[in-house]
Amino acid sequence: MQLRFTPEEEAFRTELREFFTTEIPEDIRRRNAEGKLKYPEDLVTTTQILNRRGIAVPAWPVEAGGQDWTPVQHHIWREEMALNFVPDLLPFNAGMVGPVIAHFGNDEQKEKFLPVTANLDLWWCQGFSEPEAGSDLASLKTRAVRDGDHYVVNGQKTWTTLGQFADWIFMLVRTDPDVKKQAGISFLLIDLNTPGIEMRPIQLIDGSHEVNEVFFSDVRVPVENLVGEENQGWTIAKFLLGNERSGIARVGFTKTKLARAKKLAAEITTPTGTLLDDPAIASRLADLENQLLALEITQLRVVAGSANGKQNPASSLLKLRGSQLQQDAMELLADIAGPDSLPVAGVDAALANGTADVDSPVWAQLAVPDYLNYRKVTIYGGSSEVQRQIIDKAVLGL
Amino acid sequence: MEFDLSEEQVMLRDTVRSVLTSAYDVERLRAVTDTDLGWSREVWNSLAEIGILGLVFSEDDGGMGAGHEELSVVMEEFGASLAPEPLLGSVVVPGLLVAATADDATRADIIGGLSSGERLLAFAHTEAGDRWPHAAVATTATDGALTGTKTLVDHGDCADAFIVSARDADGAVGLYLVAADAEGLVRTAYRTHDRRRGAQVSLANTPGIRLGSGDASQIIADVEVSTQSALCAEAVGATTRTLEMTTGYLKSRKQFGVPLATFQALAHRAADMFASAELARSMSTYFTASLADGDYDPIIASRAKLQVCRSARHVGQEGVQMHGGIGMTAEYPVAHYVSRLTAIAHTLGDADAHLARLSGSIKDWDMVTVG
Ligand SMILES: Cc1cc2nc3c(=O)[nH]c(=O)nc-3n(C[C@H](O)[C@H](O)[C@H](O)COP(=O)(O)OP(=O)(O)OC[C@H]3O[C@@H](n4cnc5c(N)ncnc54)[C@H](O)[C@@H]3O)c2cc1C
Repeated sequence: MQLRFTPEEEAFRTELREFFTTEIPEDIRRRNAEGKLKYPEDLVTTTQILNRRGIAVPAWPVEAGGQDWTPVQHHIWREEMALNFVPDLLPFNAGMVGPVIAHFGNDEQKEKFLPVTANLDLWWCQGFSEPEAGSDLASLKTRAVRDGDHYVVNGQKTWTTLGQFADWIFMLVRTDPDVKKQAGISFLLIDLNTPGIEMRPIQLIDGSHEVNEVFFSDVRVPVENLVGEENQGWTIAKFLLGNERSGIARVGFTKTKLARAKKLAAEITTPTGTLLDDPAIASRLADLENQLLALEITQLRVVAGSANGKQNPASSLLKLRGSQLQQDAMELLADIAGPDSLPVAGVDAALANGTADVDSPVWAQLAVPDYLNYRKVTIYGGSSEVQRQIIDKAVLGL
Repeated sequence: MEFDLSEEQVMLRDTVRSVLTSAYDVERLRAVTDTDLGWSREVWNSLAEIGILGLVFSEDDGGMGAGHEELSVVMEEFGASLAPEPLLGSVVVPGLLVAATADDATRADIIGGLSSGERLLAFAHTEAGDRWPHAAVATTATDGALTGTKTLVDHGDCADAFIVSARDADGAVGLYLVAADAEGLVRTAYRTHDRRRGAQVSLANTPGIRLGSGDASQIIADVEVSTQSALCAEAVGATTRTLEMTTGYLKSRKQFGVPLATFQALAHRAADMFASAELARSMSTYFTASLADGDYDPIIASRAKLQVCRSARHVGQEGVQMHGGIGMTAEYPVAHYVSRLTAIAHTLGDADAHLARLSGSIKDWDMVTVG
């Protein structure tokens, strides 16, 4: 057993930290820490700085621009990004469509898409879910019918995150309705400027606009935009969703939230000291810190055990617990904010998502909207219920 | 023992329910809460007409002479329909303070106006850094002129006058009636995450009229206990409605070719939500009944609010989770309930605060005496 990182790994960590803290603009990292990133600029700037250094897409195959890192190095990279408030890379590019094209795409597709995807010159969104196909993704209905050297696409996608900034969408479409539902699905890349596409915003409970509905009517897509074989889409989707899950535990992110919670609780005075002296708050924090440590060590075990590059089914456990801990941290912050969390906007600025010009601190005003927003993390990327089923089947053999 | 509502209480509930359910569905609710005022004058007038605004005040003062049980019945309906009308903030809380302190003429005048819906008051008490149970009251009153800043004044944006707590030269806390247009008063209105309204109010040598004499701290504490009971009842209404919405959704939403309700992993959790909601209802009922007995016991208040906050959070979070993506949206009501329940938790002490109070005095009682 070897619990400590090697001196080389420590050196690697120091080098990354130095790069992140000197090269990624301070104001972007500060905005990220406060939960107020500017979209899309902050993400584009960050990605391009990282990409110049060759560390925007380290998980991709080396020939596609990735790094020959050990799983532990990947872990350190991810953790240092979070601890230094470097914004998460756009998951649709870095974690989803990039690896898919690198593994399943043909040479022209690789050449055309990989460099611009890594550099975020092209912003992707994910068109998997439909109103009737959420957890049961394979029941999706959006049709793509071959017509000469085009597919004609009709249907509706929903929950497309950050689609309002996207140039292209990668989609699961039904190309054969007459076979078992998993067998008739294909993976298609679609330029959002193609006629027949309409995107409408969905407002979430915290007032944010981060998801959209996308409607397709007779959208003509060149056949060259099919990735892999026709009707091979489900295999690709499973590959992609496996990747999506592994980065989703976000231990580093939760660490920064708990550290913040502790600091803020210590700053709030009560008649008997500070909120951090309050046994109820203190024991919640201690408990969460401990659960987070348990998750982190579990993650390291998974990381250390996945050296052969195969997905470990325990990654579902990381998603399951990691998302709950993110939520618990946001919930604790909301409770530390207490009554100061009530004001969130001026009276004339209902939709402006600003903050109210009153004595409640800004972090407190953002606390409940953040808490509400983070209820999403146990729903998307495979809900907690779906993760439990994967564990039941693939790990426990139930 | 008698846990059922009386015939009159059932009638009261049904009347309020019919006014609020015909006024609000999620779309109308969003439309109304998007306006500057954030609530509907029309609904307000209907509530005044059926006597809801004057419910808790004595008949001599122009009220209905009903009590806490009736208020709880009404608040539960407000919670169930998410009605944004400021019954507590603009009428009940300031009205109870006035009823407890003002002389006969002032009292009848103010409460008559509150009951008829013509007057809107607000209680300006909290200051920056205060959180229940602690209120420092640094605002001062010198010869009837008030100076200080009151934050988080529930519905202070629309009040035509404030009941302001301020410290007199001798250190006593007094309650002052201050007109909204009084000299030196500046208010900054804000919106809350649960789509309600409030204001920060600053006073600089602002004239006010002292209500009653002596120290009002105990009166304030008692009114807070009443408010906590009303909030518990509102939370019970919202929690129960969240549970109903969720079970309805589980029955209608299909995935994998069957209703979600057929997945035991979800159905069992709905059963747990039910258990949570019922425990909250029990504690809220117990709390209301204690007030009806004239017992303004802060320990009972803490016991009830602890359970209600816990249940509300459990039911709210599970409600959103079981709705999936739809549960996250502003077009669908379930998350609005969660937002309101969160705001209720953060008003006059959340679960942690009440747990801290209870654990701080755990040695002072025995739950049972054995042997
Ligand atoms: C903020 C947000 C962003 C998203 N971004 C994207 C995106 O960019 N692109 C995209 O394609 N999709 C996206 N999604 C969609 C997301 O993947 C789906 O919401 C998710 O798959 C759940 O589907 P659903 O919402 O239809 O819920 P449903 O499938 O209807 O599920 C409702 C509830 O039932 C549970 N459930 C369902 N089936 C079972 C079962 N068999 N056993 C037990 N429990 C079950 C679920 O876990 C959930 O709790 C996003 C969702 C959200 C909320």
